[in-house]
Amino acid sequence: MSLLELDGVKVHFPVKKGLFFDRTVGHVYAVDGVSLSVEAGQTYGLVGESGCGKTTLGRAVLRLNDITDGAVVFDGTDLAKLPSEEMRAFRRRLQMVFQDPLGSLNPRQNIESILAEGMAAHNIGKDQAERREKIKEILAKVGLPSNAMSRYPHEFSGGQRQRIGIARALVLEPDVIICDEPVSALDVSVQAQVINLLEELQESLGLTYLVIAHDLAVVRHISDVIGVMYLGGLVEEAPSDALYAGPRHPYTKALMSAVPVPDPEVEDRRERILLHGDLPSPANPPAGCRFHTRCPWVQETKCATERPPLLDTGDGHKVACHFTAEIEAGTVKQTLATGIEAVISTEAVATEAVEVSEGDAETADAPVKKEEEPATVPAQADAGEAERAEESPKA
Amino acid sequence: MTILTNKADKIDRLAELTQSSEAVTGTSLWREAFRRMRSSKMAIIGAAIIAAFVLVAIVGPMLAPHGPTAQNWRSEVFPNQGKFVGMRGENWFGLDHLGRDMFSRWLVGARQTLLVGVVSMLIGLIIGAAVGILSGAAATLGGKVGQRVDTVIMRVTDIMLSLPSLLLAVSIAAVLGQSLTTVMIAVGVVQIPIFARLLRGSMLVQGGADYVLAAKAVGIRRKRIVLTQILPNSLSPVIVQATLSLATAIIEAAALSYLGLGNPDPAVPEWGVMLSQAQRFFDNEPMMAAYPAIGIIITALGFTLLGEAMREALDPKLRG
Ligand SMILES: Nc1ncnc2c1ncn2[C@@H]1O[C@H](COP(=O)(O)OP(=O)(O)OP(=O)(O)O)[C@@H](O)[C@H]1O
Ligand code: SF4
Ligand SMILES: [Mg+2]
Repeated sequence: MSLLELDGVKVHFPVKKGLFFDRTVGHVYAVDGVSLSVEAGQTYGLVGESGCGKTTLGRAVLRLNDITDGAVVFDGTDLAKLPSEEMRAFRRRLQMVFQDPLGSLNPRQNIESILAEGMAAHNIGKDQAERREKIKEILAKVGLPSNAMSRYPHEFSGGQRQRIGIARALVLEPDVIICDEPVSALDVSVQAQVINLLEELQESLGLTYLVIAHDLAVVRHISDVIGVMYLGGLVEEAPSDALYAGPRHPYTKALMSAVPVPDPEVEDRRERILLHGDLPSPANPPAGCRFHTRCPWVQETKCATERPPLLDTGDGHKVACHFTAEIEAGTVKQTLATGIEAVISTEAVATEAVEVSEGDAETADAPVKKEEEPATVPAQADAGEAERAEESPKA
Repeated sequence: MTILTNKADKIDRLAELTQSSEAVTGTSLWREAFRRMRSSKMAIIGAAIIAAFVLVAIVGPMLAPHGPTAQNWRSEVFPNQGKFVGMRGENWFGLDHLGRDMFSRWLVGARQTLLVGVVSMLIGLIIGAAVGILSGAAATLGGKVGQRVDTVIMRVTDIMLSLPSLLLAVSIAAVLGQSLTTVMIAVGVVQIPIFARLLRGSMLVQGGADYVLAAKAVGIRRKRIVLTQILPNSLSPVIVQATLSLATAIIEAAALSYLGLGNPDPAVPEWGVMLSQAQRFFDNEPMMAAYPAIGIIITALGFTLLGEAMREALDPKLRG
C-alpha cells in the first residue's frame, strides 16, 4: 500500500450570489476526480498549466480546502472524513511548502516564533529551550545561520525565505511534504539551490514529496513519477523517464514540444505543437474529454461526449485519451491542421506572431490563428537546467 | 441606496489596505508610513492642529481668565436682547448674552469637545471592533455556521450604515434624553457598524493570506490563528479610521448639541452647545456663533487631514 493515496478526489468551489442569503449558482470544478498514489520515500511530480487545479489538489490533501468527494488515504487513514481535531493532529505528518515564500510567513513573527508555534501546537519539545535547540539544528540543516532566529521574514532574500518555509515543515518531522511550486517565485539562480536542498533532505530524512510545478524542467530531475493535470483531472501519469522519452497524451505532447532541447541540431528539427485557444473555465468545463476543445487529434466520435478514464497503457504509463493506441500507431491523424507548425527556431515564432498581430482584418479573420499562444512555454526550462548543471553544491 | 454603497465601499477599500503593503514590508510598515507622513504637508498640518487642540483642551481651563459661569454684567449686556460686548479689554471674544466671558467658555469647551469626540469614538471602536472580530473570525475560520453568523451580523451593520448617521444619532438621543452621555452614546453607536465592517473586512483579507493557511497547515488551532495571526495584521485600517472618526464624532456631537440634545449644564460649556445658544442672536452677533464653529471646523479638519494622510501613507497603490 502506498503512503498517500488519492481516490477520486473532487474539490468544487461553490459560486455564490444573492442579496440577503447567498445562493449557490454554480461551481468551479477546480479538482474533478483525481486518483493517484505516492510511494513512501518517492517524489511525485504534478505538472499542469496555471489554473488547472494543482494548488487546490495539494491543499485538499491537507484539508486546507474542503474536499467535495473522494478519499485521501494517508498511511491507512482516510483524511477526508476525519473530524477536524484529529485532522489537526495528522497535519504534523503531512506538511506543505508554499508557492509564495514571503506571503506564507507572518510579517509580524520572527523566525523562531514561526517555527516554534507549530512545534508547540503538536507538543514537540518539553520547553522553549528544547524547541530552540531543535530549531537551531533544523536551520543549520536548511542552510540558514542560527542568528536567523531573531530576525523577521522581510529581512531575508527569496531563497532564504523558502528555506524558512522548508524549515517550518521540517521541525514537525513530517513523513510527507507537499511542495506547491516551491521555486517558481525565486530567481533562476536560486531555484536550483532550493531544489537541491529538497533532494538532499529527502535522502537524509527519507521524506516523501508531492511536488507541484507548472514547469516540466523543475520536476523532471527530482520526480520518480510525474502526473500531468489538465482542467482538474489527470491526463497522463508515468515514471519520469518514460514520460520524457515518449509522452502519449496529446496535451503532454504539446507541453513537451514547447520545451527547448539543448542540442541545437535536434532543436532545429523540433516540431512544435501549438494549442488553440485558452484554457476553458473550470466553472464550465467542456463535456467529454476536457481537452477536446484544444486537442489537435480530436475525433468526431467519443471525444466530445465521453470522458476518457485514466488507463494503464503498459509499464505503469497511464493515459486518459480514447485514441492513445491509434495516435501511437499513426492511424489517427491530426485533425486540426493549423494546430501544428514546424518551427525552425523560437525567433521565427516571435516574428510571425508580431506580423500576424499587426496584420489587418483579413489576417485576423483567416481561419489560421497563428497568434494563439502555445499552451505553456516554460521559458525558464533551459536556463534552469543550465544553472543546475553549473551549480556547485551549496554550503 | 447610494448612501449604503458609498459608505460600505469606502470602508471596504480601507479594509483592503492591509493586504499587500503589510506582507511586503512587515513590521516596518508603520515606520515606512511614518517616514512618508513626515514629508506630507497634509499630515504635518493635521498633526499641528491636533496638537494645538489637545494642548488647549488640557491646559485651557487652567488658563481661562474667568470662570465659565461667572457673569460679568455691563450696561450693554442684557439677557436675550441681542446686545453684546465685542472684543475688548480682558474679554477677548466678548461676553455672551448672560454676560459670561466667551473666551473662557471657549477654552473650557475645547476639553468637553475633545472628551465627547474621544469617548464616542471609543464606544464605536470598542463595540464595533468586538463585533468585527466576531464576524471576521466566524467568516474566516468558522465553517458553515460561522458563515451564517457573519452574514447576519453584516446585514445588520449594512442596515445601520444605510441610515443617515445624524438621523440615527438623533433617534437614539431622543430615546435616551438630553445629556452629555446621550450625545456620546448616540454618536458612538453610529460608529459601531463602520468599525465592525472595517475590521471584519480587514480580517477577511488577512484570513485569505498564505501565512494563515500556513499556520493552519502546521496545525495551529483556529482561535489562536485568529487572535495571534489575523487580528494583529488587520489593525492598521482601524487606526486610520479611528483618527477619521474623531472628526466625524466631533461634528456629529456638535450637531446633536446644536439640535438641543447636548449637555444642559451651563457649568460645562461645549462648542456644540455654545453654537446652539448663539443661533438666537445670530443676526446681530454672528461672532458669538463663529468662535465655537471655527473651533469645531478646525479640529475636525485636523483629524481628517491626519487620517487621510495616514490612509495615503499606508496605501500601497500610492507608494512611490
Ligand atoms: N477558494 C476558491 N474559490 C473559488 N474558486 C477557486 C478557489 N481557489 C481556486 N479556485 C479556482 O480553481 C481553479 C484552480 O486553481 P488552483 O489555484 O488550484 O490552480 P493552479 O493549478 O494552482 O494554478 P497556478 O499555477 O496559477 O497556481 C482556478 O480556476 C481558480 O480560480
Ligand atoms: S480523447 Fe480525443 S480530445 Fe481527448 S485527448 Fe484523446 S483525442 Fe484528444
Ligand atoms: Mg498554484
